[in-house]
Amino acid sequence: MSFPLLTVLAVLPLFGAAVLLIVPKPMARQVGLVFALATLVLGVVTALLATVGGRDFSETLVWIKTFGAHWALGPVDGLALVMVLATVILVPFLLIAEWNTVDLDDKWSARIYFALVLVTESLALFAFLANDLLLFYVFFEATLIPMYFLIGGFGGKRRGYAAIKFLLFGLGGGLIMLAAVVGAGAMSARQGTLSLLYSDLRLVDFNNGFGMAIFVCFLIAFALKNPMVPFHTWLPDAAEEGTPGSSALLVGVLDKLGTFGMIRVCLELFPDASRQAGQIMVLLGLISMIWGAMAAIAQKNLMRMIAFTSVSHFGFIVIGIFSFTTVSLSGAMFYMFGHAFSTAILFLAAGFLVRRRGTAEIAAYGGVQKVAPMLAAVFLIGGLSSLALPGFSSFVAEFMVIAGSFARHPILAGISSIGVVLSAMYILGTYQKVFTGPVTDQVVNTFGADTRRDLSWRERIAVGPLIALLLFFGFFPQPLLAPIADTAATTMHQVGLADPTPTLKGNN
Amino acid sequence: MNGLPAPALGYVELLPLIILFAMACVQVLVEAFAPRRVRFNLQLALGILTILAALAAAIANLVRLAPALSAYNQGTATQQGSSLNPGIKVAVGSIAVDGPGLMFTILLLVLGLFAVLVIGERKLGNGVSAFTAQAAATPGSPAEREAIAARNEHTEIFPLFTFALLGMVVFATSNDLLTLFVGLEIMSLPLYLMAGMARRRRLQSQEASLKYFLLGAMSSAIFLYGIALLYGYSGSLTLGGIADAIDANHGYQGGLHDGLLLAGMGLIAVGLLFKVSAVPFHSWTPDVYQGSPTAVTGFMAACTKVAGFAGMLRVFYVALGAQSWNWQPLLAVIAVLTMAVGAILAVTQTDVKRMLAYSAIAHAGFVLTAVTGAAQPENGMVRAGQLSSVSAIVFYLLAYGIGTLGAFAVVTMVRDDNGEVTDLAGWRGLARKSPIVASVFAIFLLSFAGIPLTGGFIGKWSVFVAAWQGGYAWLVVVAVLMSLIAAFFYLRVIVVMFFTEPDSDTRVVMPSWLTLTTVAVGCLATVILGILPGPVLNLVALAPSFIR
Repeated sequence: MSFPLLTVLAVLPLFGAAVLLIVPKPMARQVGLVFALATLVLGVVTALLATVGGRDFSETLVWIKTFGAHWALGPVDGLALVMVLATVILVPFLLIAEWNTVDLDDKWSARIYFALVLVTESLALFAFLANDLLLFYVFFEATLIPMYFLIGGFGGKRRGYAAIKFLLFGLGGGLIMLAAVVGAGAMSARQGTLSLLYSDLRLVDFNNGFGMAIFVCFLIAFALKNPMVPFHTWLPDAAEEGTPGSSALLVGVLDKLGTFGMIRVCLELFPDASRQAGQIMVLLGLISMIWGAMAAIAQKNLMRMIAFTSVSHFGFIVIGIFSFTTVSLSGAMFYMFGHAFSTAILFLAAGFLVRRRGTAEIAAYGGVQKVAPMLAAVFLIGGLSSLALPGFSSFVAEFMVIAGSFARHPILAGISSIGVVLSAMYILGTYQKVFTGPVTDQVVNTFGADTRRDLSWRERIAVGPLIALLLFFGFFPQPLLAPIADTAATTMHQVGLADPTPTLKGNN
Repeated sequence: MNGLPAPALGYVELLPLIILFAMACVQVLVEAFAPRRVRFNLQLALGILTILAALAAAIANLVRLAPALSAYNQGTATQQGSSLNPGIKVAVGSIAVDGPGLMFTILLLVLGLFAVLVIGERKLGNGVSAFTAQAAATPGSPAEREAIAARNEHTEIFPLFTFALLGMVVFATSNDLLTLFVGLEIMSLPLYLMAGMARRRRLQSQEASLKYFLLGAMSSAIFLYGIALLYGYSGSLTLGGIADAIDANHGYQGGLHDGLLLAGMGLIAVGLLFKVSAVPFHSWTPDVYQGSPTAVTGFMAACTKVAGFAGMLRVFYVALGAQSWNWQPLLAVIAVLTMAVGAILAVTQTDVKRMLAYSAIAHAGFVLTAVTGAAQPENGMVRAGQLSSVSAIVFYLLAYGIGTLGAFAVVTMVRDDNGEVTDLAGWRGLARKSPIVASVFAIFLLSFAGIPLTGGFIGKWSVFVAAWQGGYAWLVVVAVLMSLIAAFFYLRVIVVMFFTEPDSDTRVVMPSWLTLTTVAVGCLATVILGILPGPVLNLVALAPSFIR
């Protein structure tokens, strides 16, 4: 067996977290950042070797023989690639952004914060790379614990409530999924050899009542994770109470496990059930998207507003996934990549605001652009990316989703373009309330009358590269789109549907 | 040809039982003759050595049986014309030395070893044990004060412990109903006494003891009546004999005999369900767990449950296996009730020991799902070599038992001036006072909640798969929902420990190596069983089913 690169990649941050617990306190943050950056480098190298180099890094070892479970990671296909890249790129910048905010008291020190973020990163990487259903489940579920402590240990006043709500929703979904994984294992055992490798499960015939029930359990678990309306109520609370960095990690990376699972598990293992559920899921995605956008418009709190925009965007991704066209599926995957960064920029910029002003209430701001022009620009760029302005990667993705789904559900796709309009309302509306207009007295009191309290160098380093990345992939999406399209085509083949051929009515 | 043939006793196979019994008698003698100065340490050393010796003998038995077990699992034994499970019946057919029997024996002895370490702890109580100075003295009386001033200790706890362990092993390996009953009594009587021997809060402890005794005696009586009815039905006391009688009556419905069988089955089930504290026979559990000395509670929670399930599995799978359509629905309902009552009532508890008691009830419910599923090679629900219900339950009880012992050991370390603090309010902000102890306790709680990467998760997975394969998918779904409720109250304790500010003079006291060993081993085992359960699972998969 060759060098287990994927295991090393995923273990590296975990190892870093362990090291953090023993290094002297003043060095802890630097050491944490070094490990995050090392993971970033290794992740990018792996991605390059896997795509450009065409290397196959799959590892398969028997893990628990009696359960048919394997320690199986890889292959790094397009879907895994974008999620691994999003994770490894995001984490170091989150740490930079949170550099000074968490060193408040001795118990929940920066050391613990950095360690928890690294643990979360490691578990998420394992989940994205897993090629075995039990392995995926284990890491899917295990990410809840460090995230729980990140919210509960470092957040705002109601963090205890938000943390337990987050965890209970997560565990609820996780346990429903446990029943589903048990069922999948039992069905695989009955039909032949017990194995939970994806490649073996694809051969199992789930096309019966039990299989449908298992599929629905998976779907509920992933919808809770995403989250989709009506399972979304935990996300605004968690995002409001968590630190901006943990919220960005939560929404940018962990919630993607939901849409990731929909593709990897629902579509690829349960093609028949997926086909039957497709129309309903598109409808639910549409509801999620519009509901999330309306709620975002109505929010009075910046963090909650950003959380609801994500609910809306996840609805959009779901539409892309369940429209069953290569283009829309590719768009959904690419959206998962871009969304991680645009949401992170929004959360971090909002965090910079809150740190200066001391509140996340939108009404407490006004005219901030005059005292902090750079901060205003960052927020606007994050927002424009979020509303899919051409030039940002999310535009490419959103266009692909709408174009793809139009071929299968022209009416629903048409309605979904309302989401684009709504997103302009919540982003620009919020920008207007917070950044434009006369400078209010409170803003002057907290920001100062001149631009001295604009973004510091550290804060610029935290968001600058993320913006550059969004722009780069907005103009040159091809390096990522190529592997994504391959994966989308493979998945479509497994679902057993061909792309609908465009026809003109009455003309043939 | 004169006289009766001498029964073959099978001394080698019986060696674990013989060692336990002989050494328990020796411990009684030590109690009588050894000077008081050396008695405690001598008894503790004897207790540990006894268990180690019995463990060695049991492992040797397993090693001898292992080739036959793996041959059976690979199906080669069947080709040689023998589909019977490997193992032998010794002591005139009253003790079964088979794969599961040995697994349960080893499990009981391992858990017993760590339980006796906590019982032997003296550093936490400033040099005296956690057991009453003089059990015969009325609480608060001058006699009691004298005994405390003289630093008296009841070292009888050690022979009682060894006898209880002996009873458990007998219960887990008995092959006829009378031996089963004898095992039940050998196990229970010492436990009734041990429950009442707390040094602090003696009245509560004595109340617990009395409650446990009265209800236990009642359930024993019902159990015995069930035995009588089954004997009336089958004319046999051996489990195999009852199974033969059921087979012989196959197809005969609606007669008097069926009434005897069903009534006997029900009454025996009551006795067995009482021991594993399944609803509706659970009401003793919270009071007894709370009142007993914490070290004894840990022992009861871990080992009694193992023995109870071992006996229950043997009775239902061997003697009543052909009647599964009659008892599976019954057990399914009881499993649902047990999980629901345990999980829901635990949410309202404000005392750590009571909370753990309700958690123990909920866990009994989770195990019952696998008992109900009865996914066994002999009924064709799983293939030999796959994880059967029996194997899954052995693993679950190992993960649960080792975590339970560790959790109760941690409870003994959290103290204030009045001894242990079991009120949850006193645990506020524990993570700030002792991050390591709080983290270890959190690991135990996460394992109980079934979070992945802990032993509890793998255990849950095993029993759920067994239940599903046995055709009880709906029970798995219910169990999963109950797990969520159960997770809520475990998390509440984590919130109290980590996310609240300390406001009491509770402190974590450093114990001696005895308690530390149990906590450390419990914590390590919980993590290792969660990450690399393969070797242990392969071991328990060796013994999928009982001999008949």
